[in-house]
Amino acid sequence: MMEFSWSVLADPNTKWILMGCMLLGLMSGMIGSFAYLRKQSLIGDTLAHAALPGICIAFMLTGVKSLPLFFIGAFVSGLIATYSITVITRYTRIKADAAMGIVLSVFFGIGIVLLTQIQHSPNGNQSGLDKFLFGQAASMIHSDVYLMMGVSAVIIIACTLLFKEFKLLSFDPGFARGLGFPVGLLEQLLMFFLVMTVVVGIQAVGVVLVAALLITPAVAARYWTDRLGVMVVLSGVFGAISGVIGTLISTTTSNLPTGPLSVLAATTVFGFSILFAPRRGVCAKVIRRIRGNEAIRASERMREMQRQDIRLRKEESL
Amino acid sequence: MNQRNRGSEVSPLTVEGLTVAYQKKPVLRNVSFEVPEGKLIGIIGPNGAGKSTMIKAILGLLPRVSGETEIYGRPYKEMRRKVGYVPQRESVDWDFPTNALDVVMMGRYGHLGWFKRPGAKEREIAMDCLRKVGMADYAHRQISQLSGGQQQRVFLARALAQNADLYFMDEPFVGVDAMTERAIITLLNELKAQGKTVLVVHHDLATVKEYFDWVMLLNVEMVAYGPTEDVFTKSLLHQTYGGRLAVFDHEDEAILVDSR
Repeated sequence: MMEFSWSVLADPNTKWILMGCMLLGLMSGMIGSFAYLRKQSLIGDTLAHAALPGICIAFMLTGVKSLPLFFIGAFVSGLIATYSITVITRYTRIKADAAMGIVLSVFFGIGIVLLTQIQHSPNGNQSGLDKFLFGQAASMIHSDVYLMMGVSAVIIIACTLLFKEFKLLSFDPGFARGLGFPVGLLEQLLMFFLVMTVVVGIQAVGVVLVAALLITPAVAARYWTDRLGVMVVLSGVFGAISGVIGTLISTTTSNLPTGPLSVLAATTVFGFSILFAPRRGVCAKVIRRIRGNEAIRASERMREMQRQDIRLRKEESL
Repeated sequence: MNQRNRGSEVSPLTVEGLTVAYQKKPVLRNVSFEVPEGKLIGIIGPNGAGKSTMIKAILGLLPRVSGETEIYGRPYKEMRRKVGYVPQRESVDWDFPTNALDVVMMGRYGHLGWFKRPGAKEREIAMDCLRKVGMADYAHRQISQLSGGQQQRVFLARALAQNADLYFMDEPFVGVDAMTERAIITLLNELKAQGKTVLVVHHDLATVKEYFDWVMLLNVEMVAYGPTEDVFTKSLLHQTYGGRLAVFDHEDEAILVDSR
């Protein structure tokens, strides 16, 4: 099985796809850690769904399929979506989760309407925009992978340089503001990276699933460590491994889609983490409880023996 | 900077006509006061009186409708490093992947500036601050494994690491054990002995007389403000709390129970 997959790697095209999916997993894992810790797991999903109408409008306006243009479109509609959520939560009694649900589905609905419109238009068939729903990693070309390299390099450098700032922002934004850090700017920067990741990821994994790559590796990584630095790196590694496994399985078996397979791989890592992680994992907890109970029982037995001992001595002395 | 302001006539904090509103409804109305240096000041008032809001507005964490604040005679933006802040414990997620020492080091981030990572020096300062709150043994403990009182002391140590002259503490005594309460009050008195000024949002009326030199009674508007013996009186407290307060006389001393 493994030899077979290595032979597949001889195909240069597969190498590029592998590289792309690995980078996508890496950057979404890293940036996703901060989104998860800031309790913004659903923001990634909202951004991804909101990106669809932006991408469609970018295509309708220019008539060409180019990632930078799609990026601008996705970015603008992502911003409008997050702004809408802020407005709804601020000026109504609706809570953030409901607001995200509303905004996400409205934007996605608009996106689907526009997508259908495009497909029925003369040059719609060549657009390949329908692939953005569930993603098609095989459609990645060299320039797409170069873009991914660039984006992931930016994200890795930013997460390294601004690690301290992002940590403080995620843990205690109020305190960060008190110290004089421009919290709004940092938040927007994180959001910007999130949008970049989502947009470059949509092509491979699709609008519907890209959020899974942001959150699942981060949640899995959280199980293994109590240190943020380790968590971010681990989450990136989990994401990269998921991307690689997804690509390998999809190229070695009969035409299964890469993106969903990567998400399933990430979920497998997550499941393994839940069960077997030290301390936080289910198994560790069960073992700890059994051991704890046993220790209590043992000490109870000891106490009972001592009590009997005292009773016997009293009887003897009588 | 420290030397220049110490002992001078400039007040650590002056607030002039501060008004804060949540959507049209004022939660803090036209509050003005001046803080004397080197005092422990308790901010007292019923729930929703705007106590935390006032602190947050002074620190620029909430937008204000109107009002001026000055820290040692200058705008807050220029004087950030002189100000330390202990937020409410519940304001953060304690399951965050970090340990006590790391949280305390965050108190140094403002001094470090952009991009620079905390190093050996910051570690040393943070350990020192943990020691002062009796938490040195817990430095490498994951913060979710600390008790509520221990978490509060970590927050306090983080504020100490800021090495400020003026401190704002938002309900540091809420939900802590007796040992932590002692540790906090010892620390407050130490800060005072160093000539630092501390404003504390406080709930437990029974300890006000013991803990604070000055008291501010607040209920959206400022009811009274001044030395504890002048301000912490039955009639002014009734004015602040309205009918929500039960006052019991006990051996000449007014023991007050907040019947929220």
